[in-house]
Amino acid sequence: MSAPRGVLPPDVVWLAPNVFTEPFWLATAEHRLTLPRCTSCGTYRFPPSAFCFHCRAQAVEWVEHDGTGTLYSFTIIRHAVIPDVADALPLIAGVVELPGTGGVRLVASIVDTDLDAVAIGKPAELVWYDVREGTTIPCFRLV
Amino acid sequence: MKDRTAVVGVGATPYYRRGRSVPQTAMELAGKATIAALEDAGLTVDDLDGFALYSMGFDTSLFAQWLGVPDVKFTAQLTGGGGGAAGSVGLASAAIVAGMADCVVSVMTLQQAASRFGASFAPRGTPGATYSAPPSPEGNFIQPSGLMGPGQMFAVLAQRQMHLYGTTREHFAEVAISTRENARRRETALMRDELTLDRYFDARMISDPLCLYDFCLECDGAVAVVTTSIERARDLRHPPAVVMASAHGGAGRWGQAITWMGMPDEYFASSGHRDVAKRLWEMAGVGPDAVDVALLYDHFTPMVIMQLEDYGFCGIGEGGAFVADGNIRWPNGSLPVNTHGGNLSEAYIIGMTHVKEAVEQIRGTAVNQVEGATVALATGGPASIPTSSLLLRSDR
Repeated sequence: MSAPRGVLPPDVVWLAPNVFTEPFWLATAEHRLTLPRCTSCGTYRFPPSAFCFHCRAQAVEWVEHDGTGTLYSFTIIRHAVIPDVADALPLIAGVVELPGTGGVRLVASIVDTDLDAVAIGKPAELVWYDVREGTTIPCFRLV
Repeated sequence: MKDRTAVVGVGATPYYRRGRSVPQTAMELAGKATIAALEDAGLTVDDLDGFALYSMGFDTSLFAQWLGVPDVKFTAQLTGGGGGAAGSVGLASAAIVAGMADCVVSVMTLQQAASRFGASFAPRGTPGATYSAPPSPEGNFIQPSGLMGPGQMFAVLAQRQMHLYGTTREHFAEVAISTRENARRRETALMRDELTLDRYFDARMISDPLCLYDFCLECDGAVAVVTTSIERARDLRHPPAVVMASAHGGAGRWGQAITWMGMPDEYFASSGHRDVAKRLWEMAGVGPDAVDVALLYDHFTPMVIMQLEDYGFCGIGEGGAFVADGNIRWPNGSLPVNTHGGNLSEAYIIGMTHVKEAVEQIRGTAVNQVEGATVALATGGPASIPTSSLLLRSDR
C-alpha cells in the first residue's frame, strides 16, 4: 500500500458505497478515475446519484477522466477536531474542478505539496492513495 | 401571511459552555425556555397549541406530555440544519394564518455534552465518542479529504470568496471584533473580554483562512419564541413584533452545500440565501434599505459578509469593504449587525438568539438598542437548504 505525503491515516477512511457510487470506487481500486455521465443528455453528475439533475433520466455511462484539473478552492486543516487526525496535520483539503465535465469537482487531499505553494487556479494532477486492499481514494498534487 | 402574525414572547435558559448544562437534560432546557417565553407573553401552557421547529427538533409527543399541553393542533419541523432557525417562525405563522393553530412555540435546545458540532462530520473517533458520522455514500466524497467539521468546510467557501473578491482576514476580524464589542455589554454573553486586532491575528489558525475567532462558540442552552395572530398579539403584554415576511428554502443545486461542494460557480462563494432573500423582500414589500438592525447567523465570520451581499445591503463581492467602513458597528453604523453578540460571542443556540434579539430590538428593550428601530432582519444559517429568514417590524 502506498501513501502519498499529506493524507488521513487509514483508520479514519472508510467507504460505504451504495448502488449509485459503487462503480466509482470499484474503478478507483484499479487506479482508474471514472465519472457518471447521463446517457440521455450527456450531463455529468457528481457525486453519483439516481437522477440527472438536468433531464431527470436515470441511466449513466461511466466515462474515464485523466484526472488533470484545477484547484478551485481549499483549506489548510491545522487543528485536530478528533484526536485520530492529530499526527497527520497539517492537511490540505482541496476542491479540484475537472475540465470537460461541465464543472464536476472532486474534494480530496492535496498531497506531496508544500503549504505555501497552494493557490486557487493551480493545475492539479491525480495521485492515488491505496488505503487498504480494495480501497483506493483519489488525491491531487499541484503542478 | 404578511403582517398577520406576531412574535409575542421570548424566553431563554442561561447559556452554558459546552456540556456544562448537565445534569439538566436538553428537553428540560427546552421546557424552561418555552415556559419562560409564554410567561413573557402573558400566556401559559394552556394557551399553547402548536410547535414549529427546525433542526434536531425533538419528538413533541413527550414534550407535550411533560408540559400537559391541552390540545396539540400543529407540530412540524423544517428539515435541514441551522438554516431553518428564523424560518421556524415563518412555519409558525403559516400554521396560524392557515387556521391550524393559534399559539405556536418555536424552540431550539442544544446540549453538546456527549457530542460536538465541531466534529459533526468526523467518520469515527476515539472509542466511546458519539460525535461520529457513520460513513455514507455521499460523505465518502468529502470525509477522506479531512473535512470533518463545518468550520473546515466553510473555510473552503471563504478561501474562494477571498480569491474572487479580495475579501481579507481583516474583514473577517471586523465581524468578530464588532460582534465581541456588542457581547461585552451583555450580562448573558459567554465571551465578554476585549478582542483586539492583535489578539485576532495572534490566535491559532484552525482551518485556513479561519482562525479561532472566526468560529462560533460551542454551547448549551435553549431559546424559545411564541407566535400568535396579530389580533391576539395586540391584547398581550408586550408590543407585538409583527411578522412582515418569512421565507425558507433555496436553490436545489445549492443543496447540501458544504457537504458536496458542487454548487454552481455563480453562487459557490455565497451564503446560499439569494433566492430566500428575494422572496423575503417580495413578501415584505420593502427592501434592505428598510432594515434598521440585522441579526445574521454567524457560525463563521465570512458567512456574515456573504449574507450582507446576498440580502442586498451591498453588492456581491463588496461585503468586505462594507464591514471595513464601519457599517455593521453598533450604535453608529448604517446597519448594526448582531447587537446581541451573535453565535460568535454571546452563545450559539443554532440561531434562535438572533430571533430573540430581533424581537427585543422591535420592542425597544435590547441591551444594545438601535435607536428607533422599527424593522429587524433575522436569518438562519448559511447551510444546506433550507436557509431561511424573518423580517419583523413594530406595530406602530
